[in-house]
Amino acid sequence: MKVNGVAHPAPNDPRRLLSDHLRHDLGLTGTHVGCEHGVCGCCTVLFDGAPVRSCLMLAVQAEGHEVTTVEGLAADGAPLHPVQQAFHECHALQCGFCTPGFVMSVVGLLKENSNPSEQEINEGISGNLCRCTGYASIRRAVERAASLSPSGAGRAQGALSNKRVGERGKDRS
Amino acid sequence: MKPPPFEYHAPATVEEACALLASLEDAKVLAGGQSLVPLLNFRLARPQHLVDINRIGGLDRMYERDGGIAVGALVRQAAVEDSPLVARVCPLLGDAIRLVAHRVIRNRGTVCGSLAHADPASELPAALLVLGGHVVVRSTLGDRTIPADSLFAGVMETALAPDELMVEAWFPAVAEKFAISEESRRHGDFALAGAVRAGDRLALFGVAPTPVLADPRDPARGLRPSGDLEASPDFRLHLVRVLTERVLAA
Repeated sequence: MKVNGVAHPAPNDPRRLLSDHLRHDLGLTGTHVGCEHGVCGCCTVLFDGAPVRSCLMLAVQAEGHEVTTVEGLAADGAPLHPVQQAFHECHALQCGFCTPGFVMSVVGLLKENSNPSEQEINEGISGNLCRCTGYASIRRAVERAASLSPSGAGRAQGALSNKRVGERGKDRS
Repeated sequence: MKPPPFEYHAPATVEEACALLASLEDAKVLAGGQSLVPLLNFRLARPQHLVDINRIGGLDRMYERDGGIAVGALVRQAAVEDSPLVARVCPLLGDAIRLVAHRVIRNRGTVCGSLAHADPASELPAALLVLGGHVVVRSTLGDRTIPADSLFAGVMETALAPDELMVEAWFPAVAEKFAISEESRRHGDFALAGAVRAGDRLALFGVAPTPVLADPRDPARGLRPSGDLEASPDFRLHLVRVLTERVLAA
């Protein structure tokens, strides 16, 4: 399997979760493990370019595929990835535990939709839990990231700032 | 929170997978893994063998058949959600999928996997039931078609035999009015109760061991939903009436 562009052999033990393989065998501890049953989103990585839960995959399943972790977004010393830069600028984190998962989910969201609406942003981050921020600054960071991204439509930052936050995302029912 | 030991098999063809399922004791099929891997991590499932079908070519096809849509065993929910074919022929399927968990889960989860897992509160079994669809299952003995109304046997139980692999689900076109609505504690969670309508047919989920067809004029009749920390039986019956009104208004 390729992880952040580097080829690695798959582990021998089929029980090894992809999340544990990344952290314990490859030392890529940026991928965090929160709930280990697919609820919290902290372990989100890109699998062949699409965000997935690494705790819900066996590492052997990644053989022949490409995995990108948060470490793969920007090389050491290089400028941050636009999504990382936006999280930094908008203070979209406090303790930081959930952040790598959010960043990878948002990278995936903006790949599919470079100019998401407010509802699409809510939808796009609804699978990630943050216990610190209350999500308002994370939502702003997604908008900011869209404007920073080369393909972004240059939306003005802060369009969300005066809107009510914390609404439940049941806007499709 | 780690899977128990199992023997891992990654067949390259459907035939190989069926031969494995026929010869192995206590084997589970691994498709998207978005329900099975949590069960393994919790050790609620302890199969001796996992048959991973993800390396099998040709199971990720989605195509028009017999006036409906056939969805292969490896078609990811996200692909169905984004499919113009589904939007044209059976938009109800797309609407149901958008209620399944979150996009990141749907990137990996499969439609057939949801049907085979048969969680009583999940959307896709109820959608298959209300539409009158079917699944095609294969074993070393050949193919067999199981209509939706005899597929779901109990909580997380289906009519599939241990040696059978679900290779395809078929959803009829929906021409008349349709809608799906559910209530859950958090966005993307399993529903406390849900209702799905296609024309004059109504199916309910989350209120019985399997999805059930119901009379739109008296949807709660005969139902005895269970209660838990999240909802009492009475509240679930209340939701059934409210959600039925909503889908009928569509």
